Amino acid sequence: MGRTDRIAEPWGTRTPYGPGEEWPVRVDSFLADGLTPQDVDRWVQSATILHSNGDGLDIAVKDEQIVGVRGRAVDRVNHGRLGPKDLYGWQANSSPDRLTKPLIRRNGELVETDWETAMSAVANRTKELLAERGPSSIAFYTTGQLFLEEYYTLGLIAHGGIGTSHVDGNTRLCTATAAAALKESFASDGQPGSYTDIDHADVICLYGHNMAETQTVLWSRILDRLSGPNPPKVICVDPRQTPVADSATIHLAPRPGTNVMLMNALLHEILEQDWVDHDYIDAHAVGFDELEKMLKDYSTERAAEVCGVPAEQLREAARLIGTSERLMSTVLQGFYQSHQATAAAVQVNNIHIVRGMLGKPGCGVLQMNGQPTAQNTREAGADGDLAGFRNWSNDSHVKDLAKVWNIDPMDIPHYTAPTHAMQIMRYVEDGSVRFLYVSATNPAVSMPELARMRSILSQDRLFLVVQDIFLSETAQLADVVLPAATWGEKTGTFTNVDRTVHLSEKAVDPPGEARSDLDIFVDYARRLDLRDKDGEPLVKWTTPEQAFEGWKECSRGRPCDYTGITYDKLRGGSGIQWPCNDEHPDGTERIYVDGKFWSDPEYCESYGRDLVTGAPVSPTEYKALNPQGKAVLKAAEYLPPHELPSEDYPFQLITGRTLYHFHTRTKTGRAPQLQAAAPDVWVEASAVDAAEHGWQEGDVLRVTTPRGEVTARLRISGIREGSLFLPFHYGYWDTSGGDHPTDSGRAANELTLTDWDPASKQPIFKTAAAAATRVEASQGRAAPAPTTTASRPVDPASVPPTTGGDAALAEEQIQTEEVAR
Amino acid sequence: MSGSSAPRRPSRGTRIGMAIEELHRSENDLAGALLNLSDQQKANHEIFYVARDVARWSQEHVRRLAEIGRDHDLELDPEPEDETALLSRLKQKTSELTGRFHEPGLLLLADLRHLHRVAAGVSLDWEVLAQTAQAMRDVELLELAEDCHPQTLRQMRWANAQVKETAAQIMVTG
Repeated sequence: MGRTDRIAEPWGTRTPYGPGEEWPVRVDSFLADGLTPQDVDRWVQSATILHSNGDGLDIAVKDEQIVGVRGRAVDRVNHGRLGPKDLYGWQANSSPDRLTKPLIRRNGELVETDWETAMSAVANRTKELLAERGPSSIAFYTTGQLFLEEYYTLGLIAHGGIGTSHVDGNTRLCTATAAAALKESFASDGQPGSYTDIDHADVICLYGHNMAETQTVLWSRILDRLSGPNPPKVICVDPRQTPVADSATIHLAPRPGTNVMLMNALLHEILEQDWVDHDYIDAHAVGFDELEKMLKDYSTERAAEVCGVPAEQLREAARLIGTSERLMSTVLQGFYQSHQATAAAVQVNNIHIVRGMLGKPGCGVLQMNGQPTAQNTREAGADGDLAGFRNWSNDSHVKDLAKVWNIDPMDIPHYTAPTHAMQIMRYVEDGSVRFLYVSATNPAVSMPELARMRSILSQDRLFLVVQDIFLSETAQLADVVLPAATWGEKTGTFTNVDRTVHLSEKAVDPPGEARSDLDIFVDYARRLDLRDKDGEPLVKWTTPEQAFEGWKECSRGRPCDYTGITYDKLRGGSGIQWPCNDEHPDGTERIYVDGKFWSDPEYCESYGRDLVTGAPVSPTEYKALNPQGKAVLKAAEYLPPHELPSEDYPFQLITGRTLYHFHTRTKTGRAPQLQAAAPDVWVEASAVDAAEHGWQEGDVLRVTTPRGEVTARLRISGIREGSLFLPFHYGYWDTSGGDHPTDSGRAANELTLTDWDPASKQPIFKTAAAAATRVEASQGRAAPAPTTTASRPVDPASVPPTTGGDAALAEEQIQTEEVAR
Repeated sequence: MSGSSAPRRPSRGTRIGMAIEELHRSENDLAGALLNLSDQQKANHEIFYVARDVARWSQEHVRRLAEIGRDHDLELDPEPEDETALLSRLKQKTSELTGRFHEPGLLLLADLRHLHRVAAGVSLDWEVLAQTAQAMRDVELLELAEDCHPQTLRQMRWANAQVKETAAQIMVTG
């Protein structure tokens, strides 16, 4: 057993392994100061909630308080490991500023009230608007951080009870493109890959995916392969010098906004060299001719020019991909939040289809998720989808859903796709939506163009309900604030990107009068007196387990089939991968085995969209294109980004994440070790740009776009020349402004533009033109950016290293074979 | 070919020329309609950007029609027509200011309806040109039609999809 500073060493100690071998177990744990495992009263099973990896863990409880966490050695996802956010983030649960009582706005001020008053106000305003303006004046904006049972209940209330199509999650900002790309290629959500593909792959490609910071445990798995025998080759596509780039065989750093050009060039080369599995394509795919035709114009030389990447690097990357035997690919925000998001992500799927690399060990695609429960938002229909991956433009699916819910099919709005978050905000802006119920998310910091967002959310004519655990920037603008319980204080399930379902049990009571999100939604449904067609309550459950059983029926026969899972089955062992049913009682490690897809026109979740215009493909068109339910090779043309650098705004601004924080820091900013590791906003520029402008490390820069300004200290990092980077985590709740900037802004989204990918409707956070000027010299102070990550300084001597000291020492227990015996 | 007393009928070759000329005009109109829609809808961000993206298709068609027109003794301007930048900025500003009101939704529906009609006209023009090219075995012209016409159909489907997406909100809740 060793003790490691996991702030200084985010990925912990290496446990090397070779291809096809089992990833060794290493159990990570962290307990409150001075406590040992002997002091713990009980361990309560759960999984990680501050990123999307879905690592199994146990929560330590002493004297009815959470006092620590320990990774679960038996879990298939993490084999005992935890990341820094998991080890330290739990401390936020007991922050003194948790919301403990409902709040209501009286004479312009939020004041404490009781549940009865708060919930009556919420329900009464809903009823008034339903009577006056109809269901389309009501909208719900939820998250990727609640539990499956809660999303399913919310989706049922909104779609089935109130009858509004305005329901979406903040998953729109992080993983809408993952779902959209899968729907384009396979006509259904659901990840072809499994985390165990890392154990087998000989080439691993990470497209716009800084896995080292966003999924630290998954990255540990790759690091362990890299330090073992016969390591895989790694290809990294990222404009920053990330830890992934440091470990890559080839690092392609394209100009922001040119991903489709890059992908088309890779595919062009793969086809040109005929690294193509023609038998697989003939048997299992449609659209090859169109793809081939489209790719003719995308030579590596042209892409080299447009993307600003050497042609020989592109050819070498294509060669590695084209000659690999077990190819694994992952995709994240570098593609999803950039220009032409879906079109670019789909080309990754296309590579796997043309190479016939699906459904076999080592041959997976993971269109990654950004949040822990994003998959459930999508499955349960609490975003712009119908529950159970049902197809809104297939009448028989709507009928089937109405049967499950025991309501009339006409009660489910399906005249068009459920409204996406950006459009919901537009409807709030134009006044046609007058009631917005926000749960567990913070649009006043996370949405693009914050000045616009604040003005939308603070309108008098809007009734804003915010259900959260802290008084976030958004909650400060609300008419009613509902205090919620969080992870560890309530029970429910959630599912990660490789379809692994975990149970997260209640360990302690929530603070004060805070209630679980499920309880609040059920109360809301009761107050609205929502009924099914027999006059029975529409929401037929009150407990999480009952809700889960209800969801299982809804999922029956659909791709995300949960019918073989019970709470009991999830207790004690590892998480289980869906589909899990009579046919696959232990779950399913890989889908799309033997080229079988869920894309039959009668069964599929989606007929797809035009990648440029976003117009939905009609059922007739889809049936003509893909009558036999194969994979769809969808070609995409490159379009220049919508906002290009100019004389006034010469830089390209990308926003993003750091390893130590999650979302708008509501939790990680309240965990001392994490907050100290990345205490404030910074801006990154390349050494070349810094030299040209005479900037030094730590200088205070003002970064501007036509939307606003942010002031931050400069970190000279390994970012691509001509690009600036700002982390998006920093808002105003821990500043004097509270919900808004006082003088200069700190939130990156002050600067971003309101524009989204027409196919996935995901906002574009990584392609804005910006200017930067120095407003103050560093005076010897460094930027408050971590040195362990992509924000590492190009000159290591210029900045003291990021460490956590004694307060961050965590246990690591590597299970050797001897111990195992 | 025809007698001096009979009215002059255009030769088959000239009719192709007319078809090309007509398309050159109607594609210019379509690009204009898209850019106009974009300027009117600054506050509807998806429409603002997508209309601009797909207007490029029509502008490219204009360029290619002018190019192929030369083989048919036509002198067509390869540069697509453009509105004056000033007028465009003025419209954008107005549209931002009215973005807080719902009534402009009705204008949006009217604009989309107009766009759909213009695109449908262009689509039919391409049908005519493609059929003619086929009959006359003009491979180059047929290829042009096969390249361009699908994009016209996508422009049309987009207008249709936008109507479908927004109509209920505008008509019921507005």
